Amino acid sequence: MTKLPTTMKHFLSGIALALGLFVGTLPAHAAESAKVELMKSGADVRDQASLQRGARLFFNYCVGCHSLKYVRYSRMAEDLGLTEDEVMKNLNFTGAKFQEPVVSHMPAALAGTWFGKAPPDLSLEVDAKGADWVYTYLNTFYLDPKSPIGWNNTTLPNAAMPFPLWELQGMQTAQMKPAKDGEAAGVEKLVLSHPGKMTPAQFQQATRDLTSFLQYVSEPAALQRHHYGIWVLLFLALFTFLAALLKKEYWKDVH
Amino acid sequence: MANVFSNIGDWVNERAPGMMPMYRAHMTEYYAPKNFNLWYYFGSLALLVLVNQIVTGIFLTMNYTPSAAGAFDSVQYIMRDVEWGWLIRYMHSTGASLFFVVVFLHMFRGLMYGSYKKPRELVWLLGMMIFLVLMAEAFMGYVLPWGNMSFWGAKVIISLFGTLPYIGSGLEQWIMGDFLPGDATLNRFFALHVIALPLVLLLLVVLHIAALHEVGSNNPDGVEIKKGPKGNRWDALKPADGIPFHPYYTVKDLVGVGFFLLIAAFIIFFAPTFGGWFLEHDNAIPANNLLTPPEIKPVWYFTPFYAIVRMIPSFLGSAVWGVLAMFSAIAVLFAMPWLDRGKVKSIRYRGTGYKVALTVFVLSFFGLGAVGAGVTAEVIPAWFGNVDLTFWENLFGRLMTLLYFGFFVFLWAYTYFGWETTKPVPDRVTTHD
Repeated sequence: MTKLPTTMKHFLSGIALALGLFVGTLPAHAAESAKVELMKSGADVRDQASLQRGARLFFNYCVGCHSLKYVRYSRMAEDLGLTEDEVMKNLNFTGAKFQEPVVSHMPAALAGTWFGKAPPDLSLEVDAKGADWVYTYLNTFYLDPKSPIGWNNTTLPNAAMPFPLWELQGMQTAQMKPAKDGEAAGVEKLVLSHPGKMTPAQFQQATRDLTSFLQYVSEPAALQRHHYGIWVLLFLALFTFLAALLKKEYWKDVH
Repeated sequence: MANVFSNIGDWVNERAPGMMPMYRAHMTEYYAPKNFNLWYYFGSLALLVLVNQIVTGIFLTMNYTPSAAGAFDSVQYIMRDVEWGWLIRYMHSTGASLFFVVVFLHMFRGLMYGSYKKPRELVWLLGMMIFLVLMAEAFMGYVLPWGNMSFWGAKVIISLFGTLPYIGSGLEQWIMGDFLPGDATLNRFFALHVIALPLVLLLLVVLHIAALHEVGSNNPDGVEIKKGPKGNRWDALKPADGIPFHPYYTVKDLVGVGFFLLIAAFIIFFAPTFGGWFLEHDNAIPANNLLTPPEIKPVWYFTPFYAIVRMIPSFLGSAVWGVLAMFSAIAVLFAMPWLDRGKVKSIRYRGTGYKVALTVFVLSFFGLGAVGAGVTAEVIPAWFGNVDLTFWENLFGRLMTLLYFGFFVFLWAYTYFGWETTKPVPDRVTTHD
């Protein structure tokens, strides 16, 4: 669900109660993921600068393997406030035309043999798993000598994906906890053993930007929704007010 | 200018059979009780949502591809490339959920004020048929986006028919046209969702309203205004407590429409997935018969009925009992006019037993919904720690099932044996705003 201002949330939960529904109590929707506390992503599709930074990260680090097959470069330029030149020069490394969708050059069949699983299209990743899940996933890679690719992830254990942002974050290693009664051995916590180009705070902001971008990609219409929504509500409030006056006038003579 | 319009109107009326008499009979000279309250908005709102579903559905059909290979992509095409496609789709998906909100409230109103009782049995039966067709319509519509939850939801719901003895597995394949939900399933569901069921639905709605207007509307007092004194400002022979539907209730319903649209627009523009309740996250993954979602559950409006299937255990080597119980949960509602033998209609003048029973019935419906939606599976461990979830969930769910069916048993006994002490019903309607 998109992020809502607090007052809106109150309003929404009021409606939900009135309708006898429970908002936000749905079970977590991560597929094969481990039961982990998700971090708050703080992603915001209305922060255009954040979307632009996120797009830059995506096209520098992700598009090598992951496509966004439902997203056209032209539409992205329009929504992110970028010119055709900027997009074609700085972001489009796939050689696609401006109106074409973002398709990675990674040959899917070969990728399957390289990683054991072809890298998924990320067009709807945030819609499917939630922004918090994506953000947490990006922050929980660690070095794992036992894994065939050298990396592992606490949010999605045994993920087939090496960590592409390692030069930014640095490398985390896991502190293991021994098996206790009833609980298997597992990762206690992750420690940044080799610092990268970014400080932890900078890296969190970077992954937040990337998550915002992927959230935008999941539903570009969110920008229009927010833009038009408030005017629609104001119009309907006026309509309802006038209808109430009309009703009052007509019903004056009903006793 | 006004003259031109009235001339055209006259020209048509002189040639079109029965148009003005029809308009008068159902609008300007249909006398409705003057004491309708908040609960009486939901009928006209259901009609509004039906029109919304048809109009937005037509535009979705223009851009949707009914094939297993193309359906998922075409929904994203609607969301991204079709002008205002996102708004049309969200109006349709939000409309589907709000249709059930409005219809549930409309049905609850009927239970509360005894609107199913003599002489309105046929109105109630037609309404129940609308509800049944609406459930089929909603289920098939849910399959069309061909997301992973569409696929698995279809598989689970269709497999319910597979529990029938002897014919089960053959019936299952006959419904799907395949051994798994696939192209054939999607195509026939598309045809049924877009043409067959909407036609049936429209016909039933016309009959529902016609049957209502034949006997006249009930009201919060459950007083028959046709049996009361005659003569109002418009007609000396019509009920004294009646007012013309148009313009009085048309302008009043307009206010209800305004409030309803405010809520609907808020959801459409600011929370179209409604936290995963109206549009489910697992449906953002394309249909995949190798990837089972962690938890297969229907959309919220089916959850109470789905919970009943889950709560009834298999015995005598068959799982059909849960399915039968689910269908009887709906079938028993059809029988309401004959189960309830009480002469007093409105809850205002009925015995305490009925008030308590109806409250418990509503609570059991919510409780079953919570079980079906997986809320109890989350809440029980969260509130009570490390307990046997299956045991407690089954205990709770079965208690709720018992209370749901218990309502009908109690109501029959309560009224059949004359245990109900009612209050005197007034001769005329009491309140209006």
